[in-house]
Amino acid sequence: MKALIASVLIAQASVAQAETPTLTVYTYDSFVADWGPGPAVKKAFEPICHCHLNFVATGDGAALLSRIKLEGARSKADVVLGLDTSLTADAAATGLFAPHGPLPALDLPGQWDDPTFVPFDWGYFAFVYDKTKVKTPPQSFPELAKSNLKVVIEDPRSSTPGLGLLYWVKDAYGDKAGEIWQSLAHNILTVTPSWDEAYGMFTKGEADMVLSYTTSPAYHLIEEHDDTKAAALFDEGNYMEVEVAAKLKSSVHQALADEFLNFMTTPAFQEIIPETNWMYPAIKLPGGLPKGFDEYRPKKSLLLSAEQAKALRAPALAEWQAALSR
Amino acid sequence: MLIAALTLGTLTAVALHARGSATLGAADLGALRFTLLQAGASALLSVALAIPVARALARRSFIGRRLLIALMGAPFILPVVVAILGLVAVFGRSGWINVALITFGLPRVSIYGFQGVLLGNVFFNLPLAARLILQGWQTIPAEHFRLAASLEFAPADTFRIIEWPMLRAIVPGALLAIFLICLTSFAIALTLGGGPAATTVELAIYQAFRFDFDLTRAALLAAIQFALCAAATLASLKLSLPIATSGGLDRPVERRDAGAIALRIQDATALTLGALFLFLPLASVGLSGIGALPGLPMAVWLAALRSLGVAVVATGLTGLIALALGLSRSRGGSRLIELAGMTPLAASPLVLGTGLFLIINPLADPAALALPLTALTNAAMAMPFALRALLPALDQIEATQGRLADSLGLPLWARLRLVVLPRLRRPLGFALGLSAALSMGDLGVIAIFAGPHSATLPLQIYRLMGAYRMEDASGAALLLLIISLALFWFFDRGVGGDAKA
Amino acid sequence: MLRLEALRISRPGFDLTADLSIPKGTRTAIIGPSGAGKSTLLAAISGFQPLAQGRITWDGQDLAQIPPGHRPLSILFQDNNLFPHLTAEENIGLALRPSLRLTTGERQKVRAALARVGLEGLEQRRPAQLSGGQQSRIALARALLRARPLLLLDEPFAALGPGLRLEMLDLVREITMETGATLLMVSHEPTDARRIADLTILVSEGTAEPPKSTLELFADPPPALRAYLGN
Repeated sequence: MKALIASVLIAQASVAQAETPTLTVYTYDSFVADWGPGPAVKKAFEPICHCHLNFVATGDGAALLSRIKLEGARSKADVVLGLDTSLTADAAATGLFAPHGPLPALDLPGQWDDPTFVPFDWGYFAFVYDKTKVKTPPQSFPELAKSNLKVVIEDPRSSTPGLGLLYWVKDAYGDKAGEIWQSLAHNILTVTPSWDEAYGMFTKGEADMVLSYTTSPAYHLIEEHDDTKAAALFDEGNYMEVEVAAKLKSSVHQALADEFLNFMTTPAFQEIIPETNWMYPAIKLPGGLPKGFDEYRPKKSLLLSAEQAKALRAPALAEWQAALSR
Repeated sequence: MLIAALTLGTLTAVALHARGSATLGAADLGALRFTLLQAGASALLSVALAIPVARALARRSFIGRRLLIALMGAPFILPVVVAILGLVAVFGRSGWINVALITFGLPRVSIYGFQGVLLGNVFFNLPLAARLILQGWQTIPAEHFRLAASLEFAPADTFRIIEWPMLRAIVPGALLAIFLICLTSFAIALTLGGGPAATTVELAIYQAFRFDFDLTRAALLAAIQFALCAAATLASLKLSLPIATSGGLDRPVERRDAGAIALRIQDATALTLGALFLFLPLASVGLSGIGALPGLPMAVWLAALRSLGVAVVATGLTGLIALALGLSRSRGGSRLIELAGMTPLAASPLVLGTGLFLIINPLADPAALALPLTALTNAAMAMPFALRALLPALDQIEATQGRLADSLGLPLWARLRLVVLPRLRRPLGFALGLSAALSMGDLGVIAIFAGPHSATLPLQIYRLMGAYRMEDASGAALLLLIISLALFWFFDRGVGGDAKA
Repeated sequence: MLRLEALRISRPGFDLTADLSIPKGTRTAIIGPSGAGKSTLLAAISGFQPLAQGRITWDGQDLAQIPPGHRPLSILFQDNNLFPHLTAEENIGLALRPSLRLTTGERQKVRAALARVGLEGLEQRRPAQLSGGQQSRIALARALLRARPLLLLDEPFAALGPGLRLEMLDLVREITMETGATLLMVSHEPTDARRIADLTILVSEGTAEPPKSTLELFADPPPALRAYLGN
């Protein structure tokens, strides 16, 4: 009798499961961490959509795109969340992504007119330093080059900020980018494979500055009540990173995927972003930004178009390698 | 064969996915040259420095000797990023050593550059080399040292007549093992190498795969890396290889010639410098983590449990596969079995993970299998070390008791239980301990497959760092270090402890 | 004369005392049950075993401060008396010059020693190419060349067959007679003692008894020896 009841219950449970669709979202690893946005987003979205939200972590943004390319049209993903503007041209060229629906009013510096990718947060790359140690931070790349400050940067071949810096210099200096890199060579303490090592070395006091984001000091302010960290704003402007999501053409849950992308640009999702992903939200939040987020607003926002980024990637990398391999 | 299949199969899977052809550019050749140079120099330096340390360990008995030998396993299992931060805290620009130098008005030393790559690799591999070589010292009959004493050998005579022949047998194998380990180095070489000049083949694979999405080039580079390993291993099959067991490491070799003041100073110096070199970075990991340890988030403890489970499964697999491979090899199988067991050392972790993904994906959900796959690849990674430990002992058992067992017509299970296992406890304990510790510390394929609820402890450390939580990451790293050492200790002592043979 | 004065050797679970003298030029056997401390006694004399109490003197000189290599003795262990990678000639040559850079004269001496133990012409063989008896002869040749006044044998011939062992014992007797060396040999075979030893020391129950005439001892064995001999 007990066995019968148990099997009926199991059968019911599996029926209930079959009736609740599952939306599969591929994202980068830190998004799904317990202290990342993932758990809160899942909690907020599931009651609205009456679905299961299943995050699949794949390493970082570049790994995410590799994964989609490997899987092609057979991918189990409905939505891909976490590509950035340095990857979108490549991603669009795969033809695997479907256009998005109408967007609400976005709060990005500059116009957003990409038909496929929906931005969910953004930030500025910047050199972060300790105010108690660096009294007069450089205000441009040439000033940095003239100083004796030691910086840690990330490798553009394996890290998103590293690639961002490559585009930053290229966008600001064009054909002179190689010379800038040569003049910076003596400042570069070392190049790390990813942001983790670089930021870890900076917090250990190994380097004067580290390539990170203008929102990094806000983390220390809010979570550690430490106001000694600051971001240097450059006269050339600071390069932007816009993180985006898109729906896959192959998804069997097209409507649900649209619903998720739509939800992504509502306050319920966006309010989670600043203090879990430590980036700017993509829309104006009703409650405003947390403290520290308005501290560093660059004089100018730099961002190459997706096509420019794609075209400049190889030559910019070659310049970088040539200048720093000496 | 399973092991070779895992290594070669994943590489083939990636290659099959590739389209078009690839040629190697000047940058790739540069990477190849740098890889060989850093791996070769690191192997030479690790072994050269390990010899005096092993010699001092062999002929001195002092308080804490057992602890020192056990802790020497620690650098090998640390996640690379944690080890790098530990090294930087000691040797870096604002590390303890430079602070001391500046205090005394001396110029700073920089670790960034080729010297840094060597420093990092030596930090990881010197303890391994020292253990292998110490093992060699322990195989020298005590009578030889007594003979040396009664024949009034000078230290130079003892070295030439007793120690050198042993080193000549042990050192090539130790060199090979470390060369292979350094071959797939990536983060250490780049971070401590100071810039893109320190690009290894593994980084080039990474670039081809992730940055250019050029699977053909990635597969080609991985094949080159693999060929290098195979060539080095084949060349070394002719050399006698070291016996990596922990047996008898507790007992210092009796040395009457070692009483001279100069030798005492020499040994004390080697031990002190060796211990400081290895333990200062570990101490820095411990110091920065101890504060955060009690307040670690629940997710970290859960990840620790998950890692523990993976480590136990991986260890069981290692034991089973290594025994099966070892038995078939010692009972007349081909030496190719040994070669197959060595292949995982040369596998690019990225290619291994991606290939596994390509193979599994059409059949099952890789994310659901993330933990079993991690255990499987970890077992494969530990195989070279496990085989090194078990094979010589198995050969000896077969040579001394194989005929007896045959003549009694013992069935396989009885033979294992009565003849093989009792006499294999020490090397088996060491192999299992090393496997467990390696598995605890490996980031491995989990980084490619992990879902939100299958993060292992090393992955959780990376996630904490990725979310600015450097304090918690240090705490989690300390936790990892403690669990790994405890596991190693448990298997090494528990299984290999009171060996009857 | 070799004197062991109020000697005590202590290890966990093991205690051995001795107070005895061995006259110069004699051949003495040390017999007793296994584990009684026969080898330990030799190790103490040769300097490999620290003393808990007492002292050991040779011709009145305390050996305590003399390292093993400078003591007036040569010792042959049970195993591993030869280095497996060195030739017979090199293994013997170590007695003259551990650096093995031998002069022509020294080389002559090595050959003579090899001839004396009956292995003429085997200079270039390595231990693995020699029989067990031949290996023992080479170790003996080295001791011969060292020409120390005391020769200690820690059952180096135990692994040889009976015939071969007696042959070796005869060779040892001849050599000690020629050189006048004092012989001290551990054995668990009473026949060995009777064959070449004038004196016998019985080691049992934690004590090494003073040496007695071998003939007399075996003619009227004390209880401890009787128990060991098994009748």
